[in-house]
Amino acid sequence: MPFFQILSILGSISITLILIELVKSRRLKESYSLLWFAIAFVFLVFSVWRDLLELLAKALGIGYAPAALFLILIIGLYLVSLHYSVVISRLSERTKNLNQEIGILNLKIRKLEEEKKD
Amino acid sequence: MKSIIIIPAYNEEENIGKVVRDVCKVNPEDDILVVNDGSSDRTGLTVKEIQKAKLINLPYNLGIGGAVQAGFKYAMGLNYDLVTRMDGDGQHQASEIKRIKEPVLKGEADVSIGSRFLDIASPKSILGRRIGQKLIGLITSLVSGQKITDATSGFRCYNKKALALLTKFYPSDYPEPEEIIFLKKNKFKVRETGVLMKERKGGTSSLNVIKSIYYAIKVSLSIFINILRTPLIK
Repeated sequence: MPFFQILSILGSISITLILIELVKSRRLKESYSLLWFAIAFVFLVFSVWRDLLELLAKALGIGYAPAALFLILIIGLYLVSLHYSVVISRLSERTKNLNQEIGILNLKIRKLEEEKKD
Repeated sequence: MKSIIIIPAYNEEENIGKVVRDVCKVNPEDDILVVNDGSSDRTGLTVKEIQKAKLINLPYNLGIGGAVQAGFKYAMGLNYDLVTRMDGDGQHQASEIKRIKEPVLKGEADVSIGSRFLDIASPKSILGRRIGQKLIGLITSLVSGQKITDATSGFRCYNKKALALLTKFYPSDYPEPEEIIFLKKNKFKVRETGVLMKERKGGTSSLNVIKSIYYAIKVSLSIFINILRTPLIK
């Protein structure tokens, strides 16, 4: 087995271990770790099965095999970012609702306090 | 019939006092609510001094849509039957509120919109803005299938049915044209009424060149997406 292959297998495994550690220590939520785990798994598959990249490149009609790797990487990262945009949209909708609710509650509290004074 | 007037305000210390006092004087029977959209000036303090006005201070700036929706939520929670929305910059006149309300009160419309291009000759705004307004009006008319002359007007009156829907779903920034299309898509009766509008006095308009471009793109996208959406009310 060539040195580079061993290195990439070890790399994929360490990424997976880092992910597991992050989830274990609750710094990364399970639901947000899934995509990263999937990507780490893809890395591992390509490291172990070296011909897969050649096969894939051939099937896609890509002459230079590493270019296929970049393509996979870019698509993967694109999907992760898109996923985050969806999450951010959801979060901003929620903070907006909270903001409005706080404003309304403040008005109601002020009114109650005034009534109490009278 | 419980009626409330909602005025969203962002950094309007120069105009808001007069606007609110005018509304109190002309429409004493209505409640009045100012939604201070996280202003950094004295907008909130100015309104606080006016006894009759209710004031919602939003913790941070949400943009006009979020501010208006906060007012809708308040009105919905307190069971208001009629909601009128007007701007806090002095463009909309308290004396015109009656005219806006009329179609809704008569049951001729669920939502009534004050138009500066209909019946009454309002002072003309600068050319660039006028072209933009007309263009958005044209697109909104085409998409909604109803002739709308002033799609960007924020001088509007809603009945309870419209309030219930808009409380749940309301676009966040530059919501006016999108609101019309959304309402029409859900089979609401929308009607325009000619009103007199003034040019804004002090303060600065929320639109500059870059924001105008963003506005145009955002509104076009929203309108396009709204065409694709299925109605929420069958």
